[in-house]
Parts: sequence; C-alpha cells; structure tokens
Amino acid sequence: MRQTRLIRNIALGVENLLLHKLRSFLTMLGIVFGVGSVVAMLSVGEGASKEALEQIRKLGSNNIIISSVKAVEDESMTNTRIFMSVYGLTYEDYRRISESFKNVQKTAPAKIIRKESRLGERSLELRVVGTTPSWFELVPRDIIAGRVLTNADVEKQAPVAVLTEYGARRLLAAEHTIGQTLRIGGDSFLIVGIVRSESGQAGNIQIPDQEVDAYIPIEVARRYFGDIQTRVAAGTREREKVELHQVILQIDSSEHVEPTAAAIEQMLKRFHKKKDYTISVPLALLKQAEATKRRFNIVLGSIAGISLLVGGIGIMNIMLASVTERTREIGIRRAIGAKRRQIIFQFLIETVVLSTTGGIIGLGVGIFIPFVITMVSGMATVLTLWGILLPLLISMLIGILFGLYPAIHAAQVDPIIALRHE
Amino acid sequence: MSSGVSNPKGNSEIIRLTDAWKIYKMGRQEVKALAGVNASFAPGSFWAIMGPSGSGKSTMMNILGCLDRLTKGHYFFDGQDISTFSDDELSDLRLRRIGFIFQSFNLIPQLTVQKNIELPLYYLGWDARRSSERAQYLAEQVGLAERLNHRPTELSGGQMQRVAIARALANDPQIIFADEPTGNLDTKTGLQILDLLQKLNENGKTIIMVTHEPDIAAFAQYQMHMRDGQIERIDGGIG
Repeated sequence: MRQTRLIRNIALGVENLLLHKLRSFLTMLGIVFGVGSVVAMLSVGEGASKEALEQIRKLGSNNIIISSVKAVEDESMTNTRIFMSVYGLTYEDYRRISESFKNVQKTAPAKIIRKESRLGERSLELRVVGTTPSWFELVPRDIIAGRVLTNADVEKQAPVAVLTEYGARRLLAAEHTIGQTLRIGGDSFLIVGIVRSESGQAGNIQIPDQEVDAYIPIEVARRYFGDIQTRVAAGTREREKVELHQVILQIDSSEHVEPTAAAIEQMLKRFHKKKDYTISVPLALLKQAEATKRRFNIVLGSIAGISLLVGGIGIMNIMLASVTERTREIGIRRAIGAKRRQIIFQFLIETVVLSTTGGIIGLGVGIFIPFVITMVSGMATVLTLWGILLPLLISMLIGILFGLYPAIHAAQVDPIIALRHE
Repeated sequence: MSSGVSNPKGNSEIIRLTDAWKIYKMGRQEVKALAGVNASFAPGSFWAIMGPSGSGKSTMMNILGCLDRLTKGHYFFDGQDISTFSDDELSDLRLRRIGFIFQSFNLIPQLTVQKNIELPLYYLGWDARRSSERAQYLAEQVGLAERLNHRPTELSGGQMQRVAIARALANDPQIIFADEPTGNLDTKTGLQILDLLQKLNENGKTIIMVTHEPDIAAFAQYQMHMRDGQIERIDGGIG
C-alpha cells in the first residue's frame, strides 16, 4: 500500500514535470552535464592509472630489482686508450643477499651478454641472460613450447637455451625447433623451450625481460663467456668487467619490501666504494602511482562536484519559481486537508525525479564520452561500478538537498493568502 | 454578546464559538477582526454570513473553516475544543469533516475534472480504483459525468463550480463552507448552484455561506449580519 502510494506520488511528479517539458529539460541540463563529466572523468582517470598500475604489476609487486650501472666517476679513465672498467654487482653480493636477509624468499641473478646468434640460415643479436630456474618464477611468463631451465640444467651445466616468442619467430624457430642447435657466438646450445615475453617500462623501471632474450644457465654463461666483455666502438676497445648485471629478489610479504630494500642498500654501500648499482622497488612505484591516482581523483572530483553544485542551484532556482507560480495550488491542497509534510513531499519528489532523470541522462553522456575518447585517441578508459553508481546517488542526493528548501518554502505558504493569490 | 440562537434540532450543535477573538497586528495598530464572538451552529442548518467589507465575515469564515486559529477564546467542533489543535490536526479535521467551495472555484488547472474531484480522496489515502468510482458518482450527482476528462479551463463558470462542489463532497463532510459561491457566476447559473446547495442541505449537510447579496442570503435558513467583528443580528430560523 505504502509502496503503491510512493509510485503514485512519483507518477504525479512526472506528470507535473511533463507539463513544462522544455523548462524541465533545461533545468535538468546542469545535472546532465555535471553527472556526465563526473562519469567521463572518473573513467578516463581510472583508465590512465590502470595502464600504469598494470605495467608496475608486471614487475612483480613484491619484487626488488637491483641492477648494475656504470658509476659516473669512471669517466676519469677515458684518457687511456685501452682500459677496463670494473663495476656492478658481484657473485659475492648475490651470495650475501641470498643468505643474510630472512625476508628474501627467492632470488634470481642475471648475467647479460649481447651475442650474435645463428639458427640455420638466420641470425639475430640476442640478449643472452645467464640465470637460474628461479628467474621464471620471479618473471612469470607463459611457456609456449618445451620447458624452461631446470635445476638439472644448472647441476650438469648443460648448454641449453630458452628462447622468447619474438626471438623464435625471428629465427624461424617453432615447436619442432626444440632440440635443434642454436649457435651463440661460437658455442652451441640446445633449444629446450620458448616463452612469451613482455617489454616496456613501468615508471622509470625497465621490465626485466626483453623480446630478444635467450635464457641459459648462469654457470654456463660464466664458463663460456667470462666476466669481461669487450666492446669495439670508434677505434677504441672498451672493456668491462661485470659479474652480475641484475639481481631480482622476491620478498615474503609486501610490508617487508621497503625495509628489506633499505637494508640491502645499507649492506651494498659497505662493500661498494662507488654507487655502481641501483635498487628499484616496484611497490614504491605502485604506491606512488596510487597516490597520484588519488590526487587526480580528488581534483577531478572537485571540478565535477562544482558542476553538480551549479546544477543543483539551477534546480533549486526553478523549483522556487515553480513554488511561487503554484502558490494557489498549494493553498487549495492545504485547504482540502493536505498536511505540511505532504506538500514538502510533493515538491521534493518532483525535484528528485528531475535530478535523477538528469543523472540518468548524464550517465548516458558520461558513458558515451569515454567511448569516443577510446575510439579517437586509443586512450584506455575504464567504467567501474562505483563510477556509475556514485554519480547517480549524488544526483539523487542533490535533488533532496536542493529540493528541500523550495519544498519547505512551499509548505510555509499560508492557505488563506494562497487562496487569494492570482 | 450572547448569540441567543435557538437550536432547531434540540441541544445538539456542530460548532460553538465562545468569546472568540481574532486580532491582527497591522504595524502598530491592532485590528480586531473578531471581537468576542459567541455563536452556535446546529447540524443540518443553512447559514448565510453577511456584512460590509471589513466586518469580519471573511475572518469568521476562515476561523470556522479551520484555516485560521483564534487569538483568544474557544472553538468547539462537534463538542471538541480545537482552539489548541496543531496545524496537522487542523489539516486532518479539514480533510475528514469539512468541504470548501470558493468564489473563484479554485480548481487545480493542470488536473482533469476527475483528478480535481479525487484530490481529497488522494490525501485520505484511498486507492485509485475506489477514488475513480467515487469521482464518477459525484460527477453524476452534479451533472458533469461527461466532463470527467476535461481540464477546468475547458469548462464554463457554472460547470467549474459544480466540479468544486463535487470535490467538496468527495470526503462526505459534515459541513460545507461556501465563500461567495455565486460571485463569479451570472444570475441564472448562480441560482442553479444555490439549488444544488439547498438540495445538499436537505440531505443533511450543514452549510455556511458567506455572501454580500441579500437575494442570495435569502436562500439560507439563517442570516448572520456582522459588523466590526461582532454579530449584529441574526435573521430567519422559521424554516
């Protein structure tokens, strides 16, 4: 009974608003654009941050990535024609990190050498990564064919290689290629598997794997290629001695990531005179990205909030005018026996119907705009359930908030004066 | 002053005013629209309240119709002192026991004839089907069964007043207040409306009508003449 009464009240409100179609529509416009901009902004913001967050998650949110870098001080040695720069992480660093931090769950070292490789008639410069089987746990990628490195490979120091999908395609390797011989530099490797690869950057951190990777056991890399690399460039021979190019660590839980990173930095500082390493913490990046997103949302929310406020004031203005215009009607209803709160309810429902309808139309506009943005610019946009419900709820709330004053104003009308009103 | 009105139907009375005052403050001046009125109205009687403008007859109407409250004194409606009623309680009283007819009809222009007649039923919480049946019945009673789906603006003055009467009857009130019900109508149409009111009175409704025309007032059983916020005299009562 109570429910049907509410439906009747709403129907009456709609009927009244339809009497002045143009006016009702114009009144709604403020809310339409307010809600439309909220929905559109939220979905664009959500889309932008989602892309960034996904990239960071690819790095592994519980991981720490330590990379070797050539320290700036090395430049003093450039006057020698042939010199060797020694820098970066050492096997000893790796052992210490693996053994002395209890929160470090898994570790994967990486020794990276660029080598021209051949498979049959094709050749390609590969980034040869000497690592351990745990690499594939810390940088999890789909296995397309065959298998990844195993502990047996490490123990036997087997000359086996895992290619990436991209490298395999370039070298015309396929499922049947597994078991064939890949020549890296002057050495032969047995292809045992093909994995998918990612590439790109998240914030300022390079994703650990690249498209031209070939993974081999680290001991094999060390034995075959040594620690010293020679680069020939413009008449100078540049020699580098780097033991490990990268170490990836997995920490047991996210709250230990940052303290552990700090402790490792402390330790490395003690053993390295120069700062020839960088420590990247994807989690810190993630937090930073999330904080940026929050700030972004607050700014967008405020702008959208202002437009909704303007819309609400527009509605209030029209409803006040409508109350004045309908003073006589209010007087008649009161004389017949309508209570004040029934008058308030009547006008409030009209306002809420108006603002909610505006909200629904605005939602349509707000869904359409991101769609067009994605079509035109290719920018990712994401509609979340909250991004839809919140503006609708707000538009309803605006109806109540800005409808209340005109409605109370209407209920204060003195029936005696109102009945004489022309 | 004492009303001294003899009661045509024994002791019962539907309305009694005792020492009723209504004082308006107009700036510094006080206007005594009602100055200590005592009056009693019997159920089933037909009254005309007359008097020059400023005599207090409109105020009398608003007070009796529970649209306004006394400054001082008591108002008994069917034995109940309503001088202390809240706004909501007065609204409820109007809704259940009073019907109004106005000089300018006061129909809601955007509603159809049917919806106008149904208005009191809406506030009484009747369901749609029952309300619609009642509205149809009432429209037939006032001779407007064919006009239910018209809007008030499409009707003549006499028709509009019939709709207003149907609306006033919707809640089956004990009393009908008519404020210059023929004021906006030509003589012939006015007479038809008065006929209708008389018929209602014969069927037991108490009717209190404000008018300044003696011809119109003659249709009532009693004529109450007001001056300066007081009852000057009461004529009639022979029946």
